Amino acid sequence: MAHALEPQAKTLAEATSDAPYGVIGDLDPRIRIVMACLFAIVTVALATIPALISALSTSIGLLLLSRLPIRRTLKRMAMMDSFIIFMLVLLPFSMPGEAMFTVFGFPASWQGLWKAIEIALTANAVILSLMVLVGTMEPVTLGHALHKLRCPEVLVHLLMFTIRYIEVLREEYLRLRSAMKIRGFRPSTNWHTYRSFGYLVGMMLVRAIERSERILGAMKCRGFSGRLMLLQDFCMTRRDYVFAVLFSLVCISLLMLDFL
Amino acid sequence: MTILKLEDIHFAYPGHAPVLDGASLQLEAGQRLSIAGPNGAGKSTLFHIALGLQAPSAGRVTVFGKERRVEVDFHEVRRRIGLVFQDPDDQLFCPTVAEDIAFGPLNLGRSKAEALAIVDKVLTDLSLMHLRDRITHKLSGGEKRLVTLATVLAMEPEALLLDEPTNALDTENETRLLDILLGLPQAILLVSHAPAFREALAPDSLELRNGRLV
Repeated sequence: MAHALEPQAKTLAEATSDAPYGVIGDLDPRIRIVMACLFAIVTVALATIPALISALSTSIGLLLLSRLPIRRTLKRMAMMDSFIIFMLVLLPFSMPGEAMFTVFGFPASWQGLWKAIEIALTANAVILSLMVLVGTMEPVTLGHALHKLRCPEVLVHLLMFTIRYIEVLREEYLRLRSAMKIRGFRPSTNWHTYRSFGYLVGMMLVRAIERSERILGAMKCRGFSGRLMLLQDFCMTRRDYVFAVLFSLVCISLLMLDFL
Repeated sequence: MTILKLEDIHFAYPGHAPVLDGASLQLEAGQRLSIAGPNGAGKSTLFHIALGLQAPSAGRVTVFGKERRVEVDFHEVRRRIGLVFQDPDDQLFCPTVAEDIAFGPLNLGRSKAEALAIVDKVLTDLSLMHLRDRITHKLSGGEKRLVTLATVLAMEPEALLLDEPTNALDTENETRLLDILLGLPQAILLVSHAPAFREALAPDSLELRNGRLV
């Protein structure tokens, strides 16, 4: 995600040794993934508003530590909110309870409002921590870290091929799109537009299939036998352990705050 | 020693007129041979048949003195003959240059350390060390081409098949590629539309016309 935030060309070596993301960027990618998952699980388990606010504060704290551009990161987080906004708005009306006010005869309940706030806090805390801890990784590093965490090989390969070819596909799309433009194509609401976009998507699929066949051929030529080997090694340093312990303590205190 | 011998190869894509109609060629160790021919004449297909990526409808493929028919026969062929594809994006599929070059040696059963040593050696030989940790899709066209050559050379092949290697290269990179290729000991079979490049690298020339090599 941060990759999209800052499109400067970074190499793998730079991304691992000289990370631009402050304290967070120096941590072992594996520990960042594990901690992000742990934090997500803990946050989802929380049920009280104070605990959830603390969880969101923890995420914001991580954001400050990471030196990500704050406004743009929060904006991206808000983009995720647009997916759940309808559910949040409708929740007070769909949950029975004490009436707060009525709109066109439909009562909005306090219980529904609190539920909506809970969900909004949970979602934002989780997505923000994910963006800070996992999103700051170079996608390639993410793939390697998942591999080292024993994520199913097929999924890791899928991720790696996506990383490698998404740009090629996008360029192909842009080429086709400009080829359409220079012949005066302007999208509007008619059959010609739908059909043309259909052709565009179809052509991209056909080309993608042909390319995948050529890639398989190239891999076979170099002795591919169904297994990809990944080269990168990670090593845990003391700082990683310290971070893991501290962050786990934060998670435990969040849970305790919730139960008290 | 004869490295590659194609005899009377016939091939047609389903629903099309035959592309290859009795093509034959022979490549000796250390020989440099170029093939010319119009677009769609079947030059790339010929390479794919030589490495078993496509099966001819008739004809014999003999590599290193053995006739090759089924997929298993070609495993050894692919190890000993390197093919550089027309589009570098087809060939460079690993995220980083080092991984891509190590892919072949790792498949051949080398250990990680050995593979990395090969990566460094090949890159040093081609003076490409500065690209080692770069991400493959962020390379320029010329860099991609040179890296694809490195990925093939890492397998230490005895012959190279080059499919239009100068495609989309500027003059400077073309000269550089030519210098590198001229310095290699391997036999080379070249397909290229650039007459000057053919002349410089492989003066022995065949032409693919109407599905036959003349």
